[in-house]
Amino acid sequence: MAQLMLGNAAVALGLRDAGCRLVSSYPGTPSTEITENAVKYDSVYCEWAPNEKVAVETAAGASLAGARAFAAQKHVGLNVAADPLYTMSYIGVNGGLVIAVADDPGMHSSQNEQDSRHHAEGSKIMMLEPSNSQECYDFTKLAFSLSEEFDTPVLLRLTTRVAHSTSLVESVNDGSVELREYVKNPQKNVMMPAMAKVRHVFVEERIKKQIAWAENCPVNKIEWNSKKIGVIAAGITYQYAKEALGAQASYLKLGCVYPLPVELIKTFVASCDEVYVLEQLDPVIERHCKALGLSVIGKEKFTLCGEYSQSMIKKVILGEENTSLSADIAVPGRPPVLCAGCPHRGLFNALKEIDTNIFVSGDIGCYTLGSLAPIGMMDTCICMGASVSSLHGRNKVRPEGASRSVAILGDSTFIHSGITGLINIAYNQTNSKVIVLDNSITGMTGHQQNPTTGKRINGDPTAAVDLEALAHACGISRVLVVDPYDIPATKAALLEELDVEAPSLIISRRPCALLKGVKHNPPFEVDAEKCVGCKVCMKIGCPAISIKDNKSQIDFTQCVGCGMCKPYCHVDAIKEGV
Amino acid sequence: MTKSIMIVGVGGQGTLLASRLLGNALLSEGYDVKISEVHGMSQRGGSVVTYVKYGESVDSPIIEEGEADIILSFEQLEAARWLPFLSVNGKMIVNTQCIDPMPVITGAATYPSGIIDSLVAAGANVVAVDALSLALEAGNPKAVNVALIGVMAKQTEIPYDVWINTITLTVPEKFLQLNLAAFDLGYNL
Repeated sequence: MAQLMLGNAAVALGLRDAGCRLVSSYPGTPSTEITENAVKYDSVYCEWAPNEKVAVETAAGASLAGARAFAAQKHVGLNVAADPLYTMSYIGVNGGLVIAVADDPGMHSSQNEQDSRHHAEGSKIMMLEPSNSQECYDFTKLAFSLSEEFDTPVLLRLTTRVAHSTSLVESVNDGSVELREYVKNPQKNVMMPAMAKVRHVFVEERIKKQIAWAENCPVNKIEWNSKKIGVIAAGITYQYAKEALGAQASYLKLGCVYPLPVELIKTFVASCDEVYVLEQLDPVIERHCKALGLSVIGKEKFTLCGEYSQSMIKKVILGEENTSLSADIAVPGRPPVLCAGCPHRGLFNALKEIDTNIFVSGDIGCYTLGSLAPIGMMDTCICMGASVSSLHGRNKVRPEGASRSVAILGDSTFIHSGITGLINIAYNQTNSKVIVLDNSITGMTGHQQNPTTGKRINGDPTAAVDLEALAHACGISRVLVVDPYDIPATKAALLEELDVEAPSLIISRRPCALLKGVKHNPPFEVDAEKCVGCKVCMKIGCPAISIKDNKSQIDFTQCVGCGMCKPYCHVDAIKEGV
Repeated sequence: MTKSIMIVGVGGQGTLLASRLLGNALLSEGYDVKISEVHGMSQRGGSVVTYVKYGESVDSPIIEEGEADIILSFEQLEAARWLPFLSVNGKMIVNTQCIDPMPVITGAATYPSGIIDSLVAAGANVVAVDALSLALEAGNPKAVNVALIGVMAKQTEIPYDVWINTITLTVPEKFLQLNLAAFDLGYNL
């Protein structure tokens, strides 16, 4: 019987039903739920790796040992794993190796909008792209058999609207797959120049075979309707096109987006009056068509930025627009905010109390929200771990500013790629101050365990990284731990530490307020008699505090009794709840 | 014919349970169903939206301006934000609760007054509901989402018994009576 499944959950079910034995991933929206769902299946060993490079290498090791293996990450995570990716293309596989990458057109929860199809082309690794949950399931299983058939890793590309949409899935469990025999084979598995030169020739031959497959495979399909309009599409844009154009167009739906077929596309284009290539982000399929000398319409009529949609397609191709209502209301935006009781708020406000102009080298996580009003305490945010390494670069060229600049990153991000930056600070000597916001969890992606939490993905207890000892081992002798709920004490400690002419690691330690098992105090209250409406408590930027009738008030449904606002009140109007 | 329902609100309000109940009820009625939601950053107190589409065969999982047959809004300002998505013949169910967004909290913007009247003046078919009172009447403020589902259920083709079955199968045993009571209060409004 069909079940309603999230695209990511359907990938996970596909892993089980393809006999995948090992999954190693690093969380990242919109890919996280693949691994979170796979862990429910006993036959699939799952883990959170410290970063994507480790995850893909772990899966590569399992594949070479003869098991079907898998790793998932978001688009930017595949950049971190690009090193093993490009060379595993040469080595190929023993057990099937499938690597999922989830792109985020529209940047719902990402720092850039990169198109990961370029990684398929660059690494010369076959890439499948599903358009709904059923295809997420089917393509995952197909990817394993293609991986073994062509001796290649296979990339599975998802986009946000496929990964995070729910639709019907019919499944068949094919049962377990035996470990393949491991045979020592340095010519294939040891990539140094003499061997790699031979393997590169193999890779080029492999692509020719895959193109021949792509010409006549079950996932590249033509649907003939009216031949006045032809549409070439893959993934979610196929669904948008179908909804916009229905039987008014014929479709060439590409399930394999690398390598692309040649004859199939030529035949389709030759049969239609005009052909649109509908693809979000970069014109990958369009360039392929144009290189074949085919006349197609693509980015001259559609955007390179953001998402496509059914109404956009309908408007451009058919010239039709929806009618809609509009009201005379000025609607304020509702940007995401740090939650009530978020410990990051305490640390940011302590810094702000010292000097609103402190340079904050930011990073990827919930705390990136500290860049928004009213906190506004972030100068840069590039990628995972860059807060630490880029602060070192800044302090090399502006050493006089080192006492008023910090790097801020979370516990999971620090493990991911902050440690190497910290080693560089110790090794190449800047007085850089690195603040780890240790909230005992990976927060933004929805609470995943990591190597600092002492728990594995399934909750089992395990070794925990000792951040203090790690800093000492890296050559950082000054390590300080603060409690961000105590803003005055945190401010005093930071003030002292910033002026020390040595590198420091400052650990701001307090669990995420949303974490299960964290005990909360009763909500605080405002004594309306005492409140003078000065709004000083608003500076802290807590979503639970607002002003009504010129008096401050605390929303009891949001307040978790953290008490960070209390010291801000000069008239002692904020009191503990009972 | 595909029908489109949007569930909108503020991250953390319980819109996800509402879309799960709706999806399961539609599935048991034999429809093709697609539900789309965005996880990640926006869930931290931002504006959140879930698209639910059903019919014989659904293609795109998202809903765009002028396409929603029903918009169920958990909060007034969010109703105003998503009004353009309502089909001109559609219906909007609005919980009268107000939650200040950060630009209002910081004083950079003001929370508009008279939202419901403005929505009606714009030509929207609006059902305004004080769902918090319904939830309190049912016994717990957290049942707001199921009370709202009750109001919306009345506007769909799905029979009452199917809703009751779906809630019974989806909600944990210890909260079942509370949620059934809240659903009924919304349904019989």
